[in-house]
Amino acid sequence: MTVKTITRVDRQVPKSGMTRRELLKGATALGTTFVTGTGFLAASDAAWATELNALKPETFATLVQMARDIYPHDHIADEYYVIAVKGYDSEQHAKATEAGIATLNAAARIKGHTSYLGAGWEAERVEVLEIMQNLPFFQQVRGGLVTGLYNQKAVWPLFGYEGESFTQGGYLDRGFNDINWL
Amino acid sequence: MAAPFDLTDNDVVVIIGTGAGGGVLANELAQKGVSVVALEAGGRYLPQDYVNDEWESFGQLAWTDPRTTSGDWRVAKDFSGLPAWIVKAIGGSTTHWAGASLRFQEHEWKTASVYGDVEGASLLDWPIDAAEMAPWYDKAEEKLGVTNTGGREPLPGNNNYLVFEKGAKALGYTQVHTGNMAINSATNDERAACRQTGFCFQGCKWGAKWSSAYTDVPRGEATGNLEVRENAHVARILHDDQGKANGVEYFDKDGNLQLQKARVVCVAGNSIESPRLLLNSASTLFPDGLANSSGQVGRNYMRHMTGSVYALFDKPVKMWRGTTMAGIIQDESIHDPSRGFVGGYEMETLALGIPFMAAFLNPGAWGREFTTALDGYENMAGMWLVGEDMPQESNGITLNTDVTDQYGLPVANVHFDDHPNDVAMRNHAYKQGMAVYEAAGATRTMPTPPYPSTHNLGTNRMSDKPADGVVNRWGQAHDVSNLFVSDGSQFTTGAAENPTLTIVALAMRQAEHIASEMNQKNL
Ligand SMILES: Cc1cc2nc3c(=O)[nH]c(=O)nc-3n(C[C@H](O)[C@H](O)[C@H](O)COP(=O)(O)OP(=O)(O)OC[C@H]3O[C@@H](n4cnc5c(N)ncnc54)[C@H](O)[C@@H]3O)c2cc1C
Ligand code: SF4
Repeated sequence: MTVKTITRVDRQVPKSGMTRRELLKGATALGTTFVTGTGFLAASDAAWATELNALKPETFATLVQMARDIYPHDHIADEYYVIAVKGYDSEQHAKATEAGIATLNAAARIKGHTSYLGAGWEAERVEVLEIMQNLPFFQQVRGGLVTGLYNQKAVWPLFGYEGESFTQGGYLDRGFNDINWL
Repeated sequence: MAAPFDLTDNDVVVIIGTGAGGGVLANELAQKGVSVVALEAGGRYLPQDYVNDEWESFGQLAWTDPRTTSGDWRVAKDFSGLPAWIVKAIGGSTTHWAGASLRFQEHEWKTASVYGDVEGASLLDWPIDAAEMAPWYDKAEEKLGVTNTGGREPLPGNNNYLVFEKGAKALGYTQVHTGNMAINSATNDERAACRQTGFCFQGCKWGAKWSSAYTDVPRGEATGNLEVRENAHVARILHDDQGKANGVEYFDKDGNLQLQKARVVCVAGNSIESPRLLLNSASTLFPDGLANSSGQVGRNYMRHMTGSVYALFDKPVKMWRGTTMAGIIQDESIHDPSRGFVGGYEMETLALGIPFMAAFLNPGAWGREFTTALDGYENMAGMWLVGEDMPQESNGITLNTDVTDQYGLPVANVHFDDHPNDVAMRNHAYKQGMAVYEAAGATRTMPTPPYPSTHNLGTNRMSDKPADGVVNRWGQAHDVSNLFVSDGSQFTTGAAENPTLTIVALAMRQAEHIASEMNQKNL
């Protein structure tokens, strides 16, 4: 994956960009994600950016939001969810992923939203996911996140998990029994 | 003759698998001067090779050849291709195991008599008893260096234990301690003391935890009487016209089929692979599978009643620090039918890292109920529940001829339905486990479903009667006198306790029997 740092994203909606306009509506719901040019997706605060290989930017943005809604952790930034689902942005997975996100948007419309990203509250999007949850696409995304998200070493400290301790001699002298509130 | 042995050497004892049963048996026989060839499907990994990372270690050590599942157990839905968590490596599952080493209670050798008729259960008394096993348990505890036995000091309690102990005592439990663990509390048997690194499940990098991979196996090899062939997957056990085992066919590391001759064959591939191998060894003389005139090969599969309870507190616990399972409450392990079930269960501390917690806390779950639990990971404590499950004839291993492994051999299908007694016991255990943590001040408790089976038992069960068991009191096949079963599959019933100490004790006892029968030319 290519991650570029960008200075500042142009928040103006180009007049012709209907899809982008729609996406930006979603981006308001997201709060953080913007399309800046063809095949390029970035956070508004430049915390992360990714070049897309195969998926439409709005598809990928929707997928990232879907990932967050499946496993919402408010203290975990988007970039980790981006890494977790980046694998779908490949020639091999693009077709099925576009179709899956199209179904997700269709489900959102059943619930009265313009699109999945058009639903402003997490609870509204969860209602949409509940329609989807027995479909293979949902199960694939959810199942993939179990390792895609939680097996990222960079995520572990965000849960307080310390990972291996062998190289530091274990916890024998470093607090294996340091609980002090019992 | 000294190792290595010739493929045509028909004076060797061939042992299939080098885990708790096979690894110990191989060493014990080698120490007695018996020539042994041990064939192990997996590779050789030693403490310096172990990886303290849950999924990476799983990829390195676990048995991931295809298997299938059926039955009403939740594992069949959540992990349909992974019914059991077993290791494929020298040392077998003793590389992964946590080290909890408990003796059966006296009555657990005789459950058919003690529990009486339990509808739907195929309970049977073991042909051996506590008195006969006591000296073998002594020897096994000595070999494994079990804490709190033989004058060995207990392990110190880690954070997870201290929370557990506080709740247990507040609830009125009295049998609470840091366990009988095959983990050194002090340097012992040329192995270091535990450094409280966590990751006992991933292979102990300090060698503080006993595993046959770096104790019995190399010690047997050092005698010159044991040859261990790694990456050697046994496909079939062969026999002569009289129906005696005379060799095994195996795929070597390059995938070539080899034939090793044998005087005696011992099967120790764990309770899924051992019956699979016997069934795959069917012949005209043994059309239903080798040693299966009783029809019991593969039946009465037990996996222990299991479950976990995790709890969140308002302050940090950091349960992952230190030994994975050094803590036990034994008050519920008694047989007290007034609780609504026969048999009993143990409660043992358990910690998983974030990667495994995400996979196993509530498989398939999503949304905030799940993620807020993980958000509290630092403040989480955990315990495992393990109790006696009811053997049932219909639970077991059959060949799935629709699915084959990399060698073209039919794979094992693992069928399991919970017995009502298992369900009643699990519900009781959940309630008590949650009560323990609530008594310690938990703000939230979570009854967590069983993981893929780590305790796999009973699929070649022991009975004095050839009609209702596969092996006799020595683990010797009723139908084939020079064929032995040397792993957990010989268990007649499962008891409440973690099984490995008993597997090791039985293997030591079997070694003495085989050596003496060979000396007397009975084998
Ligand atoms: C995570 C985990 C934690 C555990 N914790 C505990 C605990 O605390 N206490 C306890 O008592 N038990 C524990 N156990 C269970 C314990 O590991 C097993 O009960 C024990 O190792 C079983 O011994 P075994 O000889 O039957 O099989 P194993 O130890 O599994 O050995 C079987 C060996 O046979 C090999 N094999 C199989 N088929 C073939 C073939 N066809 N050809 C060649 N080789 C073959 C396998 O590769 C393997 O090496 C735990 C298990 C796991 C996975
Ligand atoms: S906690 Fe102790 S026994 Fe467990 S892996 Fe670490 S050193 Fe080994």
